[in-house]
Amino acid sequence: MDYIGIDIGSTAAKVLVRGTHAQQFVLPTGWSSRETARQIAQRLQNSGVRLENGQSCTVATGYGRENVDFADKKVTEITCHAQGSARDCGGTCTVIDIGGQDTKVIRVEQGTVSDFLMNDKCAAGTGKFVEIMANRLCVELEELFSLAEQGKPLPISALCTVFAESEVISYIGEGKPRADIAAGVVDSVAAKVATLCSRQALLPQIVLTGGLCHSDYFAARLAHKVGRPVQPLENGQFAGAYGAALLAEKMAASNKS
Amino acid sequence: MISLPNNFETYPEARKAGFLRMKALKDQGQRVVGVFCSFVPTELIYAAGAIPIGLCAFTEEPIPAAEAHLPRNLCPLIKASYGFALTDTCPYFYFSDFIIGETTCDGKRKMFELLDEIKHTYVMQLPPSRIGSHALESWKGEMVRLKEELERFYNITITDEDIRKAIRAKNRERDVMLRFMELGKLNPAALSGYEIGTRLDSAAFSFDLEARCQEVEARTAEVLKDWEQTKKGTTSRRPRLLVTGCPNTGVRDKIIKAVEEMGADVVCFDACNGLRDKLRKVDENKPVLDALAEKYLDITCSVMSPNPQRLTDMGDMIDQYAVDGVIEIILQACHTYNIEAYEVKRYVTEQKGKAYLGIETDYSQADKGQIATRLGAFLEMLG
Repeated sequence: MDYIGIDIGSTAAKVLVRGTHAQQFVLPTGWSSRETARQIAQRLQNSGVRLENGQSCTVATGYGRENVDFADKKVTEITCHAQGSARDCGGTCTVIDIGGQDTKVIRVEQGTVSDFLMNDKCAAGTGKFVEIMANRLCVELEELFSLAEQGKPLPISALCTVFAESEVISYIGEGKPRADIAAGVVDSVAAKVATLCSRQALLPQIVLTGGLCHSDYFAARLAHKVGRPVQPLENGQFAGAYGAALLAEKMAASNKS
Repeated sequence: MISLPNNFETYPEARKAGFLRMKALKDQGQRVVGVFCSFVPTELIYAAGAIPIGLCAFTEEPIPAAEAHLPRNLCPLIKASYGFALTDTCPYFYFSDFIIGETTCDGKRKMFELLDEIKHTYVMQLPPSRIGSHALESWKGEMVRLKEELERFYNITITDEDIRKAIRAKNRERDVMLRFMELGKLNPAALSGYEIGTRLDSAAFSFDLEARCQEVEARTAEVLKDWEQTKKGTTSRRPRLLVTGCPNTGVRDKIIKAVEEMGADVVCFDACNGLRDKLRKVDENKPVLDALAEKYLDITCSVMSPNPQRLTDMGDMIDQYAVDGVIEIILQACHTYNIEAYEVKRYVTEQKGKAYLGIETDYSQADKGQIATRLGAFLEMLG
């Protein structure tokens, strides 16, 4: 039996399988989440997973969840990230999830969501912002963070990604060091996420999930802005997929009984 | 979502159907006054033999035109209302003899200055607070001024008896609408919140007050009968929601219909197109203008500061309508509701122990997906 969690985000699609064919993989979402879902099905089947009824149970999440037609259930990424993060935190924690287009602050108590906030329809303070700025600085995402670590942050004050990009362009024009601009970009994201956090009563344990959580430097800058320790969740990019897989397992168990 | 009756009219359909009826009335010489906001005592307009028609607008179309004069970062309701006037595309604005507004929020009262250049706009000076005896006194003075303006404009005399008659008719309407909204107390839910809200808004396009009451009374009786026969004694696991905040007509499909299609029932509305001005009536025994001033200063819109009665009323609604969660709708750049939202969230979660979701939005469809995710997560949270 396989319990499959599929998290199709705006940038990356994450898949995590618990059970007989335990595995995890990530692929770019591309232009069509329907096509991505098809690729995922193919890859799972190639690894021996059987998607037929009774052989596996699938929960889909992320903004592309509606396009996973073989999913047994579709659940929002807020619930899935909460499930996928809380287990390692004794069920109670604040989850900061920085996704490609959304940033969420989720309050989880005893394993269930008790409150959540999302950024407004704006890319500032999301993974998209970092991606755009990395492109502008002609570096990969990973490089942006290692570069930032060596720099002294330049202020980026615009609240809008488009205007912030112009700020970055003028720094480039002024010949400012790339590391300083990179540090400014990282701080700008951290500051915006921290503002969202300030609108919710934070729990003692704060964990970071989503595409930026592999960077300890980012987590440290975020912790600095929030004024509290922020712990990047191990395998945090897969937190949503992991939560979905856990829900699939729960669902299969309750269907059986 | 709980199914709609076969002859159900959506709000845009009802609005459109009213155009010709209003034209026919105008052709017979009917007086019509355009009105902005719920603080305008429509009793005085009826007493002047005129029909009041609300001009608050709820669609995206006229907004780009309005942005030629108004800032983009302004409430969509204000922009849409002004845009309709500017482009002369709202028949109700066109048919209005003149406009009555009041100084509710900063956005509206400054917009009225521009609106006045298109059509005579008379503005009542609403006090920003109920505190101090001068608030009620000055508001009563505004009742006198409005009565005089109506008399001047139409060259008529309005008697106390005219006003008293209008008070009785409006109080009856409040009763009828209240009884209809109280169907929301039934558990399991008897009809969708989408229908409750649509009918309340659409009733405004039924221009004969008594006919309006009879239509809503008929639907109330029909729903009640159907509930007793088919639903009474059954149980439902669908969460029961209260919707609060700004007027929700312009985002009804995107939020209320969407959440009901996901498996919740919206059973109660704390909004100006909801219970808010229906809970308390105009005192029929007091001198008419005193009674009107008292009633209309008592409306729990967030423009009033402080505004504790809104929370008290909401608390009663949460209890009486057995509400599981509260969704607050904030229209973009509505500062008073947006700030008060902090108090509302604190009250709902800490005092009432219920879940709360705040959504700031406008009339565009751009955030439809994001809102759907928020609503979905909120329902998952309610279990």
